[in-house]
Amino acid sequence: MSDLREIYQDVILDHYRKPRNFAVLEQASHHAKGHNPLCGDRIDVYLSVEDGVLQDVSFQGAGCAISTASASLMTEAVKGKGLDAVQSLFETFHRMVTQPEDDAQGVDLGKLEALAGVRELPVRIKCATLSWHTLQAALEQQDKPASTE
Amino acid sequence: MSRSSTIRKSPMGQSLGDSPTLDVEAVRREFPALSQTIHGHPLVYLDNAASAQKPQPVIDRVAKAYAEDYSNVHRGVHSLSQRATDAYESARETARGFLGAARVEEALFVRGTTEGINLVAQGFLRPQLAPGDEIVISTMEHHSNIVPWQMVCQQTGARLKVAPIDDRGDLDLGALEDLLGERTRMLALVHISNALGTINPVHDIVAMARKRGIPTLFDGAQAAPHCALDVAALGCDFYTLSGHKLFGPTGIGVLYGRYELLEAMEPYQGGGDMIRSVTFESTEYNVPPHKFEAGTPHIVGAIGLAAAMDYVTNLGFEAIAAHEADLLDYATQRLQAIPQVRLIGTAEHKAAVISFLVEGVHAHDVGTILDHQGIAVRAGHHCAQPIMDFFGVAATARASFAFYNTRQEADRLADGILKILEIFD
Ligand SMILES: Cc1ncc(COP(=O)(O)O)c(C=O)c1O
Repeated sequence: MSDLREIYQDVILDHYRKPRNFAVLEQASHHAKGHNPLCGDRIDVYLSVEDGVLQDVSFQGAGCAISTASASLMTEAVKGKGLDAVQSLFETFHRMVTQPEDDAQGVDLGKLEALAGVRELPVRIKCATLSWHTLQAALEQQDKPASTE
Repeated sequence: MSRSSTIRKSPMGQSLGDSPTLDVEAVRREFPALSQTIHGHPLVYLDNAASAQKPQPVIDRVAKAYAEDYSNVHRGVHSLSQRATDAYESARETARGFLGAARVEEALFVRGTTEGINLVAQGFLRPQLAPGDEIVISTMEHHSNIVPWQMVCQQTGARLKVAPIDDRGDLDLGALEDLLGERTRMLALVHISNALGTINPVHDIVAMARKRGIPTLFDGAQAAPHCALDVAALGCDFYTLSGHKLFGPTGIGVLYGRYELLEAMEPYQGGGDMIRSVTFESTEYNVPPHKFEAGTPHIVGAIGLAAAMDYVTNLGFEAIAAHEADLLDYATQRLQAIPQVRLIGTAEHKAAVISFLVEGVHAHDVGTILDHQGIAVRAGHHCAQPIMDFFGVAATARASFAFYNTRQEADRLADGILKILEIFD
């Protein structure tokens, strides 16, 4: 069961039990809702964007360990970054969880790499990407909820 | 428990001497899919309510139908077409017997439960509905017994009424009876709930409806694999089931309809086989069941389904029910002994379906970690979101048992849950 431990690592479990930036952001400039119809998981992502920089970010919602930890890790990773950097981080992250191992190597994703094991669980990839899709929807100020479908 | 033959031949579940029993190990050997390993562990298949595995006799019958007896039905004068037609129509006779229908014309082949309900909603109910008419269902319905009625309500201005359930997952019969009124045009209920395992008191329910002249439909998707059916004795108007949950092929099911109603009904789809004569001015429809089977049907599916019906009938529902009741009791005890497990659905009369939550762990994580131990359960809303809302949860994990499951597998499930708790500790 070594591969299970690879997915449910301590980092993931820690961020699941104690999600960071887990709050409603009162003075958010952007907000979007995300929904994974497969499992019913729902998430709200709040952003405060100033001069092209993500000054603050938070989320709320109820989900599985993978989606909650992924959202929590995401908020840590994107806070303080410029929007272009956020976009390229999303692309790299997306490649890591969807592509075979070899193709994804090269870029250091820091703590986000705890989620690399998800690529072995095709049905769970959407759990890991829900918060990121919702973040994008918030940036695009879409009215309709982001969905993994 | 070892017997000289695989199973005691006891058609219709009659006991031969002492009460009938299953030789489960021998039965398991007839299901090739059960002997594989998943993530290095012997498979424990507990997702039978979603779809059941297939025994070798069904697989063989399907292969033979394609290899030796295959052609289109009802159309050819040649021998192969005759053989295919005979096999298809004899499958209908098997389905009639399985359901306990009085007439073979009352057994329509459909794609499954979903299509059966849509056929009744559109072919039977829609033409009679006026604005303000009512259709009664319950909180514990599968989406397939909600959405087709919502659609027909939208089309006609009729209204959907929903009978409540209690905290254990039992239907509130008093509240149900109160909903039945002057304007009720259909009572459509699940026989056994896929999400909760609740077995509804169908005889009492039919009595309630018949007193008021209200037509009844039962969604038998989960009942067909677990109990003997007798629609004639039950006295319902429609009853529908899915082959794939009954150890048969996908894409095939049966809708039982009372003949008088079928005769009066409009066809569901137009096409070949459902007509007597066609000119561009007018078309004379065929008689039931052909009126409802437009186009080339799932010929081999029907033949395979009949083989599955024969298979479970030979095992005997009395023996199946006894074994599954034992599994339900045993697995319930094992799970209840784990303080972090909460069961969703504890109805008094229950099929061997256990929906559960593990404290602090999302159902999807439960499903993934069990899968890594070779245990297949369903995690999600089970196509019954209103039930999830009722119990205030987004999703549950569900272990659903069939006659080929064992107490050892229930142990593996319980141990697997303990492993989850270890990881999430
Ligand atoms: C109670 C119940 N009704 C209806 C259905 C739908 O059956 P099918 O998808 O075979 O049409 C199911 C299957 O999940 C079910 O469990």
